[in-house]
Amino acid sequence: MADVKTQEFWRWPETNWVSPDIDWKKGKLITAGVDVGSVSTQAVIMVDGELYAYGNTRTGSDSPNSAIKGMGFALEKSGMKIENIDYCIGTGYGRVNVPMAQQSITEISCHARGANFMYGPEVRTVMDMGGQDCKAINVDDRGKVLNFMMNDKCAAGTGRGMEVFADLIRVPVWEIGPRSFQIQKEPPMISSTCVVFAKSEVVGLLESGMPENDIMAAYCSAMAHRIMELLNRLGVKEKFVITGGIAKNEGVVKRLEKELGIKTADRVWYKKEYVDRGYPFDTQLAGGIGAALFGQALLKMGKAKSARKA
Amino acid sequence: MIANYGFKDGSGDWYVAIDTDKCNGCGKCQEVCPVKILEVGPDEIDIFREEPVAFVKHEERKKVRYSCAPCKPGYGEEPAPCAKVCEPKAFSFSDGWVCLYGHK
Repeated sequence: MADVKTQEFWRWPETNWVSPDIDWKKGKLITAGVDVGSVSTQAVIMVDGELYAYGNTRTGSDSPNSAIKGMGFALEKSGMKIENIDYCIGTGYGRVNVPMAQQSITEISCHARGANFMYGPEVRTVMDMGGQDCKAINVDDRGKVLNFMMNDKCAAGTGRGMEVFADLIRVPVWEIGPRSFQIQKEPPMISSTCVVFAKSEVVGLLESGMPENDIMAAYCSAMAHRIMELLNRLGVKEKFVITGGIAKNEGVVKRLEKELGIKTADRVWYKKEYVDRGYPFDTQLAGGIGAALFGQALLKMGKAKSARKA
Repeated sequence: MIANYGFKDGSGDWYVAIDTDKCNGCGKCQEVCPVKILEVGPDEIDIFREEPVAFVKHEERKKVRYSCAPCKPGYGEEPAPCAKVCEPKAFSFSDGWVCLYGHK
């Protein structure tokens, strides 16, 4: 544990996982999706359309190295090598800078496809809350994008903003959600959407003696409200899901549900066997899963050629 | 698919929307756009689509607030050049929830 004074509160833990139930050597098509976002990088490996391994890491200062790090992290416990992968697709903010990828696909389609796989075909609205932008997407039962909307804002009301906020009030980013409910009364929301202005507003609130938990609640509701604006215009249909890192922050999600009057779908795998086997569910994986599934589809349709070297 | 490229400024929420199902990829919008932010090429959202489609260039997406503002309903020529030239009527321009002009 780092010294409290130097601890960086935004640093959420990195995770990786390998399925114990799949022998990749028997798999016919091994596809990978690398979602290099502005804040986090996920590499997902799928064997014949089934989730096999993933690595979820923080994006570093350059995209190629982040992709390599993410992929290495995903492969770490698996015994598989990059050469064994048939097709790799890059997606996300840094998708054109993924060295091992044969192709890149925009994260809008990948998140739609990934959410369809994770939450099931009943999903109609996907909200991707990324590190630096958010996108609202309407999808059909096959995960095809019908309508999408993206914001032109910077880090305002997104994951990176939450990280900056965590660092400012010195509370680990994963504790903000639960702590934002330990309040007497719901405070008025932070009025600025720009992170820089929001930061100075928070500093002002801290000085005025407002309890920390209240400030967290105020920031979470500001972010929820911000997402509302996008969703209202697009039209939210059930099943409604949120992907990306902010989906893990219940402080934002619950407040958004309250404002919208629509519940988000339970964060569990649509595939029963995944639930039974206790596969970890990570909302950040949607982009990577979608990319890997597109890879598989392209190979099957003969629109792409396997790049497997070993 | 309807692709909404949105921005927000002091006068409201604005969206330039392209209905890709209607777009025939003729490329006229690309020529008339005064700030040249449109491009016609492979559909990057629906990767299985074969025909080319119009979209806002990647590097311009975060800047539509500046580039599209002069054509905003009530500010510029109505309908905006891109919407006017589009034969299949794929373009629309809206303020928040209300579609001001366009062909939805």
